[in-house]
Amino acid sequence: MTAPAVVQRVTPARVVLSEWTKLRTLRSTVMSLLAAIVFVIGFSILVPSVIRAHWPPRDPRDALNFDPVGVSLVGGFFAQLAIGVLGVLIVTGEYATGMIRATLAAVPARLPVLWAKALVYAVTVLVLMIPTCVLGFFIGQSILSSKHIETSFGHPGVARAVIGSALYLAGIGLLGLGLGALLRNTAGAISTLFGLLFVVPVVVHFLPASWSDAIGKYLPSNAGQGIYSLHPDSTQLGPWTGFGVFLLYAVVALVLAGVALVRRDA
Amino acid sequence: MIEAHGLTKRYGDKVAVDNLSFVVRPGVVTGFLGPNGAGKSTTMRLILGLDRPTAGSVTVNGKPYRAHAAPMHEVGALLEARAVHTGRSARNHLLALAQTSGIPTSRVDELIDVVGLHDVARKRVKGFSLGMGQRLGIATALLGDPSTLVLDEPVNGLDPEGIRWIRELLKERASGGRTVLVSSHLMSEMAQTADHLLVVGKGRLIADVGVKEFINSAGRNLVRVRTTDPAGLTKVLKTPDVTVTPSADGALSVAGLSTDQIGIAAGKAGITLLELAAQAASLEEAFMELTHDSLEFTGTSA
Repeated sequence: MTAPAVVQRVTPARVVLSEWTKLRTLRSTVMSLLAAIVFVIGFSILVPSVIRAHWPPRDPRDALNFDPVGVSLVGGFFAQLAIGVLGVLIVTGEYATGMIRATLAAVPARLPVLWAKALVYAVTVLVLMIPTCVLGFFIGQSILSSKHIETSFGHPGVARAVIGSALYLAGIGLLGLGLGALLRNTAGAISTLFGLLFVVPVVVHFLPASWSDAIGKYLPSNAGQGIYSLHPDSTQLGPWTGFGVFLLYAVVALVLAGVALVRRDA
Repeated sequence: MIEAHGLTKRYGDKVAVDNLSFVVRPGVVTGFLGPNGAGKSTTMRLILGLDRPTAGSVTVNGKPYRAHAAPMHEVGALLEARAVHTGRSARNHLLALAQTSGIPTSRVDELIDVVGLHDVARKRVKGFSLGMGQRLGIATALLGDPSTLVLDEPVNGLDPEGIRWIRELLKERASGGRTVLVSSHLMSEMAQTADHLLVVGKGRLIADVGVKEFINSAGRNLVRVRTTDPAGLTKVLKTPDVTVTPSADGALSVAGLSTDQIGIAAGKAGITLLELAAQAASLEEAFMELTHDSLEFTGTSA
């Protein structure tokens, strides 16, 4: 009927290539990642411009604690919504459409699919968001420079905070992907992700102080914030320790998802 | 070759597949026939390792599907519900699946032409008709040029030309020494496509026979009776050896009695007959008769 197909073994590298094709060929990927970039760049113009217009602040202490990196990368807060949701959709979109059956029939070992999805998405987010955050940083600094309140990339902690913003976003993407793979349901996974990031810290805040002090810094959004802050809050974990704890949430979600993927019916 | 041994699948306390043992041999088209809910799709998912059996096992070419290094070369599958992300184009869908097994892009483009999707290959699957979806599913199944094809209701939604194409494709694959398992809930479809039949009902194997054999054994004569009192006549005629089935137009279809016997019985009971005619059983009726007791949802009969 047709020329014979060349069929070879399923290898991890081939599964990675397949997942890259899947990721780049969906409109939701392009829209979400474009939104993330627009948020970061847009706010890197907006927020420094507003600050420049109202400088110096009325309270001199605000000038003392001024974080020129943070105000350039406010858009990262909004970018995490887009990247977290896309992370969820990468997996739940397959369950919702039935695509997962075709995927698992092609890769019956199953686990390579999950690892490949996580790898491809994390690398994609980093490759796009590291330059975006660096660009946003420089846009912000050029705006702030007219009041001489900018900083330079070589200043201690600055490179870590700028690159850290992109690392944090990749971590959010992995957490979303892990929750999506674990729960197999778009609404449930998105609610869990944002509940964990934004609601749980509020609830913990209302616990007795000794409790909230002990627990609070280990929550994902609190643990993760040190990596992108120029002057990390002294009550929180250090930048890299905190980032490690933050990543641990994503790793736990992915490992549990892997167990579920192997054990449960597709 | 597909071999199932005591294959059983329970979902909670519902038994979908019940101790199924069969062999699907290469070289012939094997029809997997049963009413809706008989466990055909579940069995196919078990063959592909998508669901795990509660008990028993199933192998493809001597190994569980999962254990094959190049699974797409062993089995190509068309699954019941569309297994396609509707936001992706047909070509990209095929490409992503092909890449898992190192299948070249040229093979993807070739199959797009073979299944007749050339004009829509770069359009998103969201807008596809049922028939186009089926063609894409068949292209997916053929990607790895597999030695075994497992197709769940492939003719669903296809136009007559598409149905003829599928039949020829299946026969061609089988005559080339490959294994073909194709499910349907329509006996008439199977009669034209399959050489061998696995008939299931309520998850159990009812028959494992050649199609010709099945048709011959099921070929008992039926009598069509039209009467003013179908319920009364049914009561008069019914014995353990006789089945009375109401047909759509209000007539009764009686198996196990001759026209003479029915006429005499009706006369004795004082029931007026409007029509009394002998007719050969259709395949569909034979199939219905065979699976009647195992139907999950049976309409109340008169």
